[in-house]
Amino acid sequence: MPFRGALLAPAAAHKCCSIHGPPRSCHFGKIKGNGHIEIAATLLLILVLAPFAGSLVAICVPAHKGTASAWLSGSIALFCLAISAGLYPIVAAHKVLRYDINWLPELGLNFSLRMDGFAWMFASLITAIGLLVVIYARYYMSANDPVPRFFALFLAFMGAMLGMVLSGNLILLAIFWELTSIISFLLIGYWHHNANARDGARMALTVTGTGGLCMFVGLMLIGHIVGSYDLDVVLSSGNLIRNDPLYTPVLILILLGVLTKSAQFPFHFWLPHAMAAPTPVSAYLHSATLVKAGVFLLIRLWPVMAGTDQWFWLVGLAGLSTLLLGAYFAIFQQDLKGLLAYSTISHLGLITVLLSLGSPLAAVAAIFHTMNHATFKASLFMAAGIIDHETGTRDMRKLSGLFKYMPITATLAMVASASMAGVPLLNGFLSKEMFFAEAIETHKYNLLDTLTPYVATLASMFAVTYSLRFIYSVFFGPPPQDLLKTPHEPPHWMLAPIYFLVFSCLVVGVIPALTIGPFLHTAVQSVLGEATPVYSLAVWHGWNLPLFMSLIALVGGIGLFFIMRPYLATSIEGPPFFRRLEGQRIFERVLVTLSWKWARSIEMRAGTRRLQPQMRILVGVALLAGAVTLLSQGFKPANIILRNIDPAFALLWLVGMVCAVGAAYQAKFHRLAALVLLGGAGLVTCITFVWLSAPDLAATQLLVEIVTTVLILLGLRWLPKRIEDPDDQLMTISTRLRRLRDLGFAVFAGLGMMLISYTIMSREMPETISSYFLERAYGEGGGTNVVNVILVDFRGFDTLGEIAVLCIVALTVFALLLRFRPATESLEAPEQQRVQNAFDDDHPDRKKGDSIAEYLLVPSVIMRWMFPVIGMLAAFLFFRGHDLPGGGFAAGIAMSIAFILQYMAGGTRWVEERLRIHPLRWMAIGLIVATATGLGSWVFGYPFLTSHAQYVSLPIIGKIPLASAILFDLGVFSLVLGATVLILIALAHQSVRAPRAQIRAAKLAAKENT
Amino acid sequence: MELVLSAGIGVLTASGVWLLFRPRTYQVIIGLSLLSYAVNLFIFGMGRLRVDAPPVLEPGGVGGLLTHTDPIPQALVLTAIVIGFAMTALFLVVLLASRGFTGTDHVDGRE
Repeated sequence: MPFRGALLAPAAAHKCCSIHGPPRSCHFGKIKGNGHIEIAATLLLILVLAPFAGSLVAICVPAHKGTASAWLSGSIALFCLAISAGLYPIVAAHKVLRYDINWLPELGLNFSLRMDGFAWMFASLITAIGLLVVIYARYYMSANDPVPRFFALFLAFMGAMLGMVLSGNLILLAIFWELTSIISFLLIGYWHHNANARDGARMALTVTGTGGLCMFVGLMLIGHIVGSYDLDVVLSSGNLIRNDPLYTPVLILILLGVLTKSAQFPFHFWLPHAMAAPTPVSAYLHSATLVKAGVFLLIRLWPVMAGTDQWFWLVGLAGLSTLLLGAYFAIFQQDLKGLLAYSTISHLGLITVLLSLGSPLAAVAAIFHTMNHATFKASLFMAAGIIDHETGTRDMRKLSGLFKYMPITATLAMVASASMAGVPLLNGFLSKEMFFAEAIETHKYNLLDTLTPYVATLASMFAVTYSLRFIYSVFFGPPPQDLLKTPHEPPHWMLAPIYFLVFSCLVVGVIPALTIGPFLHTAVQSVLGEATPVYSLAVWHGWNLPLFMSLIALVGGIGLFFIMRPYLATSIEGPPFFRRLEGQRIFERVLVTLSWKWARSIEMRAGTRRLQPQMRILVGVALLAGAVTLLSQGFKPANIILRNIDPAFALLWLVGMVCAVGAAYQAKFHRLAALVLLGGAGLVTCITFVWLSAPDLAATQLLVEIVTTVLILLGLRWLPKRIEDPDDQLMTISTRLRRLRDLGFAVFAGLGMMLISYTIMSREMPETISSYFLERAYGEGGGTNVVNVILVDFRGFDTLGEIAVLCIVALTVFALLLRFRPATESLEAPEQQRVQNAFDDDHPDRKKGDSIAEYLLVPSVIMRWMFPVIGMLAAFLFFRGHDLPGGGFAAGIAMSIAFILQYMAGGTRWVEERLRIHPLRWMAIGLIVATATGLGSWVFGYPFLTSHAQYVSLPIIGKIPLASAILFDLGVFSLVLGATVLILIALAHQSVRAPRAQIRAAKLAAKENT
Repeated sequence: MELVLSAGIGVLTASGVWLLFRPRTYQVIIGLSLLSYAVNLFIFGMGRLRVDAPPVLEPGGVGGLLTHTDPIPQALVLTAIVIGFAMTALFLVVLLASRGFTGTDHVDGRE
């Protein structure tokens, strides 16, 4: 009988591959018979999953097989690059490739991948530079490092990055975004024995993680405004977003994410510290991918968010200050990688400024510069890594004249830095010219817009200075002094990636329209759509203002370098004045204040480690929450009707109440009395269940009551003796007040519960889902005992969870008691046993222990013979459970009582000589049987824990219900039995261990005496 | 019926809450047990009190709330009883272990 458990309604995985285009038009839905599109969509999924799969494989490669993991990573990167290249014809036709799996459609969260021209450009950048960096890292990484871990993380990062750029859903995008932050943390901290690496990694994670969290909120707000998290829907709702009153908070939140990730001022300080990472990581993460994620999102959302004044000011200010400060700081770095880091910050600022302008032409320039920067910066990082590798230092004060030793590296680095400086005939020049042209244009009439061209020229001048410095101080001048080794050219393959990148810089710089042109156009078209402007990628635009700005920057930059050269040759790290304002120190001070000082002072003032005040707060808050809700919603207590009260029931509860109050009163000084009274209250509860037509509950309550009483009785032995109540007169006033307050709490809680329960119980029953169960229990669950059918069938998954909890509790009890050391004062034999032993000693015809053995002889014989009887009862309870009151729970507990009775009758040793009890095995079997029954329904193609019911006639016993649920119930039975017996036996065993502890204590005392 | 039971629930709750605030671990255990009776009865009462209503269906039959008891609160309470037992057992052992380690039965591990 197919049945769907209420908890188990997995959304049917609905797959849909579709293609739709042109961008931001309506959904075409699924195109039938378009086979190659479906394959392409599947390829999209493979493109994202392959790096993660490779990462899992790489982490299993043994640490010394570094080359194998490099080959693996290289082939994965190549594979992804090939997929990406193969998908180009589809995106080139201005179509959007989609792959959708419904994941949590109720929350608007679908696993949708989406590739348009812009995403394609980024995916190719990630895979291509990924491949080059893998080749480079293969030679860079030392054999002493755990290389497979590096490549595993590297691949995972590539997957996260691909997932981020290909996400078709904002939430999914945020998930991959966070994933890149986390993996970059692991990559920066790769050399975790190095304190700088750890600090840098932590700072990067804290800054980008906090930003990511803000961005997540911003993206959710966008989803709220638009009504969907789907990227296509969002991209077509630009006016809706820009005109929403929430636009400014959304913008600020998203910018927090973007600016932290792309290391924009004032969040730029983490990037230079992230240079503690291995150089391949810097080349990949800090030039081409991670830091570009912020820019990516900025461009992605550009069509729907840009153009407003808030956008212009926020993005523009951040970008412009980053552009200038980054370039200025870069001049004063002594560490090669530090210089490159600040240069990256500055170039990202340039892209941000372009995006702030809100003009389509500027957006084209931004996309173009994103690609150009990735190529020249990655190659420069690799060159810096080679220099570090060959000379053992990255300090520019120590390096000089390396051209003679490594001419190829030097030439390549020179071309790349020329591109970074914006020298004509290289790709950096083209996008910089576009930037200048846009900077001159007037977009808004305000100060910032007027300032932009001047700042741009100045920053460009600084860029020339630091690029020249990089080349001049490293490769020219006198031969280097005090180097640890003589530098020479690196292995050929280590240079190959740089060759390729520098070659691209050149080719794109010379013939842009023929090389990068079509790809750039595809990317631009997918972002801007119909707003795509006419732009020209020619190298020569004639004698115009941007060219003059370039010339000024070039000449000024060279001049500035020669003026500053003597100072820079010996200066300390960092720019004058600004080096005092170290971002890191501010960051750390804020962290210490927040996470240590404030947290401590709050804990000191508001926290307590004492249980009683915590309990009062807990109960107080619960009472307050209840009272406020009831009063504010106009709660009216029902009228109290004194008719129709059954006197017997009233008398029963009078006894119950006396028991409860008595237990509360006696719990301190007369523990046994309190336990008896507690049992009384439990029995009253049990009778109430019988009275009110709940036989299942009554049976279970009664059995549990017995087991609980035995359990606490076993524990009483180990509690300290409590002296009688001291004179009440001696109680201080504060104690009295405290008790009065507690009494107030208790009375208030009791009255509240009474009022609420009375009011609810005297109301009409509304329609609930109970009728559902009552109607279907027999038809679909195959049992007449609805409670049991709910437990083992309808809500079987809940029950599975519950028995798992029971299992964990039993194991915890077992483990805790294994290490149990009773207090020494509880060690000696109980008074009764001492009296009995003294009696034996006084009588010469008796041996010591005889009286103990004879004690309660008749009851113990009866108890032994009860074993089969209780076993029969348990079986009876178990089999009738599906149709009549009973079931696995009750049967399990009943059976455990049979065992514990044996312990009580014969003592631990007597039982264990005769019976082999393996409660742990029963628990394991129970859990396995219950889970396997659930899994069994999968074999027949039904959801987890689907049950099949049927009646079977057996000789003598007659017709019994044989649902597959009974197997599940058998698991419940076995586990409950095992767990209960384990708990009880573990506690009972303590009395066996006690004599041993007693002997130990006696020996210790004897030793001390001598 | 309802009045008596709700009064009973009230007294059980009050006794339980009073004991929760006491300093001795044993008192807290007894208090939690009393409180769990109260909560179980409260949940049970949400299905309304029915005397002599059949809790079990006729074979092949279909039940309804007018003729039968409400099975959901009963199923909930049934699991709650067993979990309550597990909780008592765990607390008892933690109590014993704490007493063994610290030498006192005060809830804070020191007088």
